[in-house]
Amino acid sequence: MLEVTLIYGFINSVILALIALGFSLTFSISGVSNFAYGALFILAGYMVWIFVNLLSIPFAVAAILSVLLTALLGAGLYRFVLLRLRGLVISEVIATFGVGLAILEFFRYLGWTGFEYTLPVFTDGSVMIGNTYIDHQRLWIVGAGTSLAVGLYLFTHYTKVGLAFRGIAQDERTALTLGVNTDRIAGISVAFGAGLAATAAILILPRGTIAVNEGYDVLVNALAVCIIGGLGSTAGVVAASFMLGYAQMFTDSYLGPHWKMIVPLIAILLILAVRPSGLFGKQKELEERI
Amino acid sequence: MTTKKRKERLDRGIKVRSDDIFALTSYREMLYVAVPSVLPVAVLLILPLILPTYWQKVLISTSVFAILAMSWDFLVSVGMVSLGQALFFGVGGYLAGVLDHHLHLPIWLTIPLATVLGGGLCTVCLVPVLRLRGIYFAMVTLVLPLMIERIIEATGFLGGTEGLTGLKPFPSIYAELYLIVAAMLLVLFAVRRMMSTDYGLVLRAIQENDRSVMSGGINIYYLKAQALFLGGCACSFCGAFMTHVYMFVGMPAFALDYSILPIASAVVGGMGTFAGSTLGAFILVPLSEALRGIGGLRTVIYALSLTVFIVALPEGVFHYIQRKYKQFERWVEVER
Repeated sequence: MLEVTLIYGFINSVILALIALGFSLTFSISGVSNFAYGALFILAGYMVWIFVNLLSIPFAVAAILSVLLTALLGAGLYRFVLLRLRGLVISEVIATFGVGLAILEFFRYLGWTGFEYTLPVFTDGSVMIGNTYIDHQRLWIVGAGTSLAVGLYLFTHYTKVGLAFRGIAQDERTALTLGVNTDRIAGISVAFGAGLAATAAILILPRGTIAVNEGYDVLVNALAVCIIGGLGSTAGVVAASFMLGYAQMFTDSYLGPHWKMIVPLIAILLILAVRPSGLFGKQKELEERI
Repeated sequence: MTTKKRKERLDRGIKVRSDDIFALTSYREMLYVAVPSVLPVAVLLILPLILPTYWQKVLISTSVFAILAMSWDFLVSVGMVSLGQALFFGVGGYLAGVLDHHLHLPIWLTIPLATVLGGGLCTVCLVPVLRLRGIYFAMVTLVLPLMIERIIEATGFLGGTEGLTGLKPFPSIYAELYLIVAAMLLVLFAVRRMMSTDYGLVLRAIQENDRSVMSGGINIYYLKAQALFLGGCACSFCGAFMTHVYMFVGMPAFALDYSILPIASAVVGGMGTFAGSTLGAFILVPLSEALRGIGGLRTVIYALSLTVFIVALPEGVFHYIQRKYKQFERWVEVER
């Protein structure tokens, strides 16, 4: 029992990290809110489903295509909605949340729920670790999640674009004086975040059916991870994912599954009350929160 | 060479020094000042008598959404952006349900009690996060109703998915109509009046710059808690009212509709004036009733109108109308 919880807790944590990476890239690393994140996640899932089942495109091509299209959509969201609202944080939130809501509720209206709305797994089969069966898809998730987290760290610390992302969050005007085109960088950041959301969707959604409500859960979980980890820190995202992931798994197995969803909220409340800047947060501590 | 023109705006002559001091010299000018506030009130008081039954119901939900929108607008003008008005609404609704179902209180007790207790309960819930600003506060309020809905669904607490049924109804539909219309007008005029007093000025200042209010030696958290209580009371009243109108309270009380539609109303109507939020509700809710045939697509339309208005007409309909009403406009040639 404990072993199963530990192993699945690990996988759950990686899933959380995977979900949060894209959101953290946009929201905490470059300081642009994209509350349509959960919707983009679900949208990418349905996109792959449409490509594979209705247009009979091979899965690998469909996956790549949907990542690119979602990223393009993110760029469009920035160009046509966010660009006009930069700096008005509340308007950014409401406008992007409105877009996300429209996407999610549109899929709810279409009524695409049920067992046929699943994505194919990458490879079928399972392995034994100790006494626990783990299917290949979860191993894929762990592999991809780890490499993406490492990749994101390297990207934001050692590439020009990545450094520019962090720069515009720290001080947009100073970034401007150093020749960073802040509008373009913020747009790229939203696009990258959307692309990561699509990647996460393709990896994670094959575990079950595609459900509209998961879009809200994804947003809430991603937010929780970013708040707990602290703004602008990749290590914080990983640490927070593991804390939340294990906390969720332990509540799941000892208190029952319906308490699982409450864990992120309680975590948000606790962290905001005790340490408002998050575990690893450095920037914008005072300005944003208190 | 074409001459360039620009639009010139001039205030009307009766306006002296500020927006609310007038020099009135004739009945015509008195009418000009009085009509914008008297006409809607008169129309709202007559409407319940002449509307067919179906549209009476629409008027009820419109007024409810108008109150929710004003409460949202009020919280925003104190610097608290809530994405979860459904929290207040649902808490009020369930409180009225519990008071009726378990304690068998009469209806004229359940509604006031649920109003005050609901406001208090929500304030207590949100006090730990009052220190948060902007998006962080918004996120917490977004999550809370979703979470409560899940807890009720999972644990079967308070009737679970079934909800509480068989609650006491109002004596007649006119009681419902006039109660909610009166409540709406009361909230509208009371909040407008309150925001122009010194107290309201301090509240607005918290939104503008909370640091400087703090440095003025004012405890902003206490004031924010008071604002939350007032805003919460208004929404809880709506929840309690709707519980008795439907004679039922259940998980739909925490539905996303009650969070999104008020925000959409306030944004479409124009924020900060409260009359704008009301106007927005009176545009959106009847519109959505007319669009009832398309079902779930309605939420999509609200959401999109929210985005479109916030991007394209951020001032809202009300400010636009107000400007047209209070100012002359004419084209003049640009001097070179």
